[in-house]
Amino acid sequence: MNKHLIKTLLLLAPAWAFAAGGGVHLEKANIDPDNVQSLQRGAKMFVNYCLSCHSAELMRYERVGKDLGIEDKLVQEHLMFTGGKLGDLMTVATADADSKEWFGTVPPDLTVIARSRGADWLYTYMKSFYRDDSKIIGVNNLVFPDVGMPHVLWELQGWQDAVITTVKDSHGKESKSVALELTEPGIMSPKEYDRAVRDLVNFLDYMGEPYKHERKSLGVKVIMFLLVFLIVAYMMKREFWKDIH
Amino acid sequence: MAGNSADKWQGGLLGWIDARFPLSAMWNDHLAKYYAPKNFNFWYFFGSLALLVLVMQIITGIWLTMNYKPDAKLAFNSVEYIMRDVNWGWLIRYMHSTGASAFFVVVYLHMFRGLIYGSYQKPRELIWIFGCFIYLALMAEAFMGYLLPWGQMSYWGAQVIINLFGAIPFVGEGIAEWIRGDYVVADATLNRFFAFHVIAVPIVLLALVVLHILALHEVGSNNPDGVEIKKNKGPDGNPVDGIPFHPYYTVKDIVGVIVFLIFFSIVMFFMPEMGGYFLEHNNFIPADPLKTPEHIAPLWYFTPFYAILRAVPSIGGSSFPGVAAMFMAIIVLFLLPWLDRSPVKSIRYRGRIYKIWLALFVISFAILGWLGMEQPSFWKTLTAQVCTAIYFAFFILMPIYTKMDKTKPVPDRVTS
Repeated sequence: MNKHLIKTLLLLAPAWAFAAGGGVHLEKANIDPDNVQSLQRGAKMFVNYCLSCHSAELMRYERVGKDLGIEDKLVQEHLMFTGGKLGDLMTVATADADSKEWFGTVPPDLTVIARSRGADWLYTYMKSFYRDDSKIIGVNNLVFPDVGMPHVLWELQGWQDAVITTVKDSHGKESKSVALELTEPGIMSPKEYDRAVRDLVNFLDYMGEPYKHERKSLGVKVIMFLLVFLIVAYMMKREFWKDIH
Repeated sequence: MAGNSADKWQGGLLGWIDARFPLSAMWNDHLAKYYAPKNFNFWYFFGSLALLVLVMQIITGIWLTMNYKPDAKLAFNSVEYIMRDVNWGWLIRYMHSTGASAFFVVVYLHMFRGLIYGSYQKPRELIWIFGCFIYLALMAEAFMGYLLPWGQMSYWGAQVIINLFGAIPFVGEGIAEWIRGDYVVADATLNRFFAFHVIAVPIVLLALVVLHILALHEVGSNNPDGVEIKKNKGPDGNPVDGIPFHPYYTVKDIVGVIVFLIFFSIVMFFMPEMGGYFLEHNNFIPADPLKTPEHIAPLWYFTPFYAILRAVPSIGGSSFPGVAAMFMAIIVLFLLPWLDRSPVKSIRYRGRIYKIWLALFVISFAILGWLGMEQPSFWKTLTAQVCTAIYFAFFILMPIYTKMDKTKPVPDRVTS
């Protein structure tokens, strides 16, 4: 019932002005926060591909391990490449000044990125890189035009090119629509790549609110208690008010 | 014997205190022998609920302060630290952030109650005025509190609102700078807003709430019929239509509190962001003085006034008229007791004209609230202008239409 209520309320909310990113249609990420394996795969992708430039400086390795059911030893072996303590925050070694020189901007911290961008935006973003020789880094992105970030997952996805089609509407007005076409396949098939990105976004979403599970399960208990309390309180009220006419 | 000695001990202690402090007298004056009309309905829950939310905000606020860092370099991360590393920090923070919106929901409903039952009319003008000051203090509290997470919306929202003061002719720029303590919103602003949010404004709020309740208990509560229950007293000297607040309304309010907490919990545990209305998505991006967000909108409880501000066209490049209109929209509330010339209090005995005006007012206020979040366009601005006109007309024309209105006879006793 609660899920349904949330959905209805979300539908009533206006579209995020910034998330639409030039009116590009966002694909549904369809992440599953209960799928621990997906989260584990996402964590692995995150440390392998993102964490070299982007930090997650509000998140601790230890917490990732605990929440995702990864043993301490495995966390140290597979998630922490530069050593350090289990309780360390997920920071990056790259100096901000270097990043600024390489990318034109300091890569944003990703701890709460899912809370500002939303899962659908992140999912679509990771799938919308295409070759664009007019840019210094040689790539562009449909949902984030003139993006400073290179297509880090190009090996996995391959390369996409933009196909521009001009459509005339009934008034004879021309409008351009851009579609992306995979012209150079990567290691993964498109289906595998979608899954990989979904895992990554799932992890980002988890990282934005690692206590989400706890929050919901506590909520159910609190509301159940209140409902029982309500019955008792209502009966008490009725008892007291019996003689008031 | 044991019972006897306990009684003696209790009576002794209470007697000892009562000889030095009016404890029993206060208990009786404000609860056990405060006679409230017996016909309170749904709308009468929101006063005590507002008090509940105030207490909740103060308590969660104290605990948040234990880990929050009012420093432009640390603030954003300290909030996330509370959410992640502090035991139950996420719960305390969400209680506080949901509580802020809940406060306004409850207060708006409480004010609407006053509006429909004429609770501001003689002899309750001062209750209403204290209430308006509470509303004003609450807005200041919410505005300054919203800067503290130091996200993009905190920062740019504060920037926009403080710049409004800059629109005041001659002295505006100076005032804006004085408020910020810098040329832009910066660390100095954060520090002083923190001081005001956690100390100054809460003290003012608490004092005003005491005044509000003292004034209420002096004249007695109004009711949905707008009948003065004190005019009809029984042989015991108590109003025939009144019942002691305690235990009758305390047990009733407990039911109201639980129902409220259920709704509160649904939001807090399952949708703490409320789709971006209670916690804006952009506020999860740390404040960046160099990057203006594309769309800056205040939180939902300020949007009606923000829409009024934008609806009034600027004159000679100065947005002062809009700013003035926005402040007037709040100041006009204070005048309500003297604008209403109707011989009856409650909407139950008012005529059609008042009901139509009230409906128009509520609809306009809601539409303004929506428009305040939207990007302006020609039609939206026009709609906002019409709604602004209705908002002010409701008050300015009130002396005329409330006098013209045909009222129904008010019964001598409350109806059940």
